[in-house]
Amino acid sequence: MIYKLVNQNVERDLSQSIIEIKDVTFSRGDRTIYKNMSFSVPKGKITAIMGPSGIGKTTMLRLIGGQLKPDSGDITFEGQSVPGMTRAELYEARTKMSMLFQSGALFTDMSVFDNIAFPLREHTQLSEELIRLVVLMKLQAVGLRGARDLMPSELSGGMARRAALARSIALDPELIMYDEPFAGQDPISMGVLVRLIKSLNQVLGLSSLIVTHDVTEVLSIADHVVIIAEQGVIGTGTPEQMLQHSSPLVQQFLKGLSDGPVPFHFKAAPYEDELLLGAQQ
Amino acid sequence: MDFLQALGHKTLSRFASLGRATRMLLGALLSMPNFKKGTPLLIKQLYMVGHQSLLIIMVSGLFIGMVLALQGYTVLVGYGAEDSLGPLVALSLLRELGPVVTALLFAGRAGSALTAEIGLMKATEQLSSLEMMAIDPLKRVVAPRFWAGFISMPLLALIFSAVAIIGAHLVGVDWLGVDSGSFWSIMQSQVSFQQDILNGMIKSFVFALIVTWIALYKGYDCVPTSEGISKATTETVVHSSLAVLGFDFLLTAVMFSS
Repeated sequence: MIYKLVNQNVERDLSQSIIEIKDVTFSRGDRTIYKNMSFSVPKGKITAIMGPSGIGKTTMLRLIGGQLKPDSGDITFEGQSVPGMTRAELYEARTKMSMLFQSGALFTDMSVFDNIAFPLREHTQLSEELIRLVVLMKLQAVGLRGARDLMPSELSGGMARRAALARSIALDPELIMYDEPFAGQDPISMGVLVRLIKSLNQVLGLSSLIVTHDVTEVLSIADHVVIIAEQGVIGTGTPEQMLQHSSPLVQQFLKGLSDGPVPFHFKAAPYEDELLLGAQQ
Repeated sequence: MDFLQALGHKTLSRFASLGRATRMLLGALLSMPNFKKGTPLLIKQLYMVGHQSLLIIMVSGLFIGMVLALQGYTVLVGYGAEDSLGPLVALSLLRELGPVVTALLFAGRAGSALTAEIGLMKATEQLSSLEMMAIDPLKRVVAPRFWAGFISMPLLALIFSAVAIIGAHLVGVDWLGVDSGSFWSIMQSQVSFQQDILNGMIKSFVFALIVTWIALYKGYDCVPTSEGISKATTETVVHSSLAVLGFDFLLTAVMFSS
C-alpha cells in the first residue's frame, strides 16, 4: 500500500504546481532583487532553487511564506494568491507549509521534545499523551528519539538541523521549504540530511523546496531545478537537463568554475595600468 | 540645505520609528487573549522580569533609605526637627525616589534583558520561525513580557519604598536615636494615601509602560547582528532612563504643583 502511494507520488505530473511565481519584481531600497521572475514548484516533487550567494534565494522563501510582499507580480500557493491573503488566510495557509531555517531556529528555552510538541500544542487539541506519541514518531524519523530531553544548546549543528526538521514535519505540512539545509554540515550529517529530505518527501507525499548552493548534494535528490541569477531565472528543468544546459552562467555555477560570466576579479582598473602607475609615482 | 535635509530625514525616521513602536504595542495588546495558553507564559515572565529583579531593588532600596535618613538627619537636627525624619523619608520615597529609582533599576536589569532576549530571538530566526508556524510573535513573545513588566514594576516600587523606610528606620531610630514613636506617628499623619501613595503608584504604572515598551520595541526592531543587539540594549537603558526622568517632571508638575 505504502509502495503504491510512493510510486503514485513519484509519477505525478510535473505540470501540477503547488506554488506559482508569476512576473515577480522585488526590490530592497534601490537594489532590485528580482525583475519579472516566473517559475513554478511542482506538487509532490523535490525542487531545488540554486544560485550564487547574495542573489536572494532566502528572500524567495520569505516571499512564498508571505513574510515579504513583492512590488509587483503574484505568488500563488495551491492556487491562492499569497500577497492578496488576509492575515487569517495567511496563517491558515502557513499551517500547510513549513520552513526549515538555516540556523534551525529551535526555541532555546525549550527541550527538543517541547520544540517539536510546540506546533502541535498551539494548533491542535490533541491530548498530551497523543502529542507524546506524535513527537516520538517524528523524532524516530530523524533519528533523535534518544535526544528528546536535551536542550538545543546541547545538540551538534547536524542534530539541531534534524531536530528542526522533525519540528517542521510535526503538523504534516503539504510543503516544506528548506533554507540552506546543508550549510556548515560535515559529510556524515550532510548525507543524513540528503537521505532524510528524500525519504520524507516520498513517504509523507509532500512537496519540498530546497534553497541551496550545494550542487552535488541537491542534484542527487532533486526532481526539478531552478537556477536564479541576474535578477531572474536563468535555467529550469530536471538535473540532467541542467547539466546539459547551454548557458555559460549555468555551467559555471554547476561546475564551480572560478572564472566565467561571474568574474573572479572584482571590477577594477586594468592590472598593468595600476602597476605602471605605481612605478611612475 | 544639507542640514535641513538631514534634519527632515531624521525627524521623519523618528516618526516612522514611533509608528512602528505603536503598531507593535497595539498588535500585542489588542490581540484576543487566550487565558489557557497565555497564563503560564505570563507567570514565567513575571518570574523572569519581576522576581529576578527583587534582589537589586531591595538592596538598592535599603541603602537609599539609609543614606536618605543620614543626610536628612544632619540637616533636620540643626533646626531641632529630627522628629520629622519619618515623613521626610516617606514622602521622598513614595512621591519620587520609589517610582523613579525603581524604573531606572528596572530599565538596567530587566529592560536590557528583554531587549537582548528578543533581539537574539530575531537574530536566530526564532521570531520568523514562529510566524512561519502561523503563531503571532506579538501575541506569543511580546504581550506576556509587556504585561509582566507592567504588573511587576509598580509592585517593585512599593517593595523598594517599604525596604527603604526600614533602612531609614535602622539608621534614624536605631543608630542616630530619633524617637521611634515620633518617626512612625508623624509619618502616618503626614502621608496621604491619595496624594502620595496613589500618585506614586500612578507614576510607577506610567514608567512601567514606558520602560517595557521601549525595551520590547528596541529588541523587536533591532538589526539582527551582534552589533545591532548591543546597540539596541544600550539604547533601551539610555532612552528609558531619559524618558522616565522627563515624564517624572511632567507628572510631578501635574500632580503636586498646586
